[in-house]
Amino acid sequence: MPDLVAYWLIGIGLAFGLLGCIGLVRLPDVYNRAQAATKCVTFGTCMVLMGVGIHGAVNGHWAMFVKATICTAFILLTSPVGAHAVCRAAHVAGVPLADCSVEDAFVDRSNEIRAERARAAYRREVQREEAETPRT
Amino acid sequence: MSAFAFVAMAVLMLGSLLCLYRIGRGPSAPDRTVAIDILGTLMVGFCCVMALMTGQDFYMTIAIAWALTSFVGTLALAKYLEGRCYDA
Repeated sequence: MPDLVAYWLIGIGLAFGLLGCIGLVRLPDVYNRAQAATKCVTFGTCMVLMGVGIHGAVNGHWAMFVKATICTAFILLTSPVGAHAVCRAAHVAGVPLADCSVEDAFVDRSNEIRAERARAAYRREVQREEAETPRT
Repeated sequence: MSAFAFVAMAVLMLGSLLCLYRIGRGPSAPDRTVAIDILGTLMVGFCCVMALMTGQDFYMTIAIAWALTSFVGTLALAKYLEGRCYDA
């Protein structure tokens, strides 16, 4: 019976992973793709990990259960952070939204970041020129 | 049990092929980065299925290490895409 629970968890996780990958191929722009793929595949992999952990715990492999728990916690922490970083970088780098998008809530902050970076580059340039000119 | 593991591997391989399609086709660099991240997460699932199939628990260690390196690689690629230098 617990074996059956483990198999069901793994099956649901695999279905979610496959749906996330289909979303990665089918959706129109990078933000939609990242959203669909990250959420579905993270959840699916966590389900697979939990299923394997339960299967190991039932069959006496307690190390497998502990490692699956650690890996689940780690993936739940890191995968959204990575996707957020990539999407933020894409928006700042100027990747356009899909044509059917309705609202872009990050555009002001993105412009601020770009302007701040341009100012910093200008300051670095000025400092380098000052360092290169010989002191009189 | 064995047949279940093979079906699971086939499903994961299909997902990996879709990710590879996006990596090869993706119109912009962030598309490819997202696809690489997802491929890393799928590989963690692959390691789990291998652990289930063989009953060896060191595959789970590989999965943890793979998740770690995939996360660090994704963050480095994101920093590179954003155009910042690595120490800022």
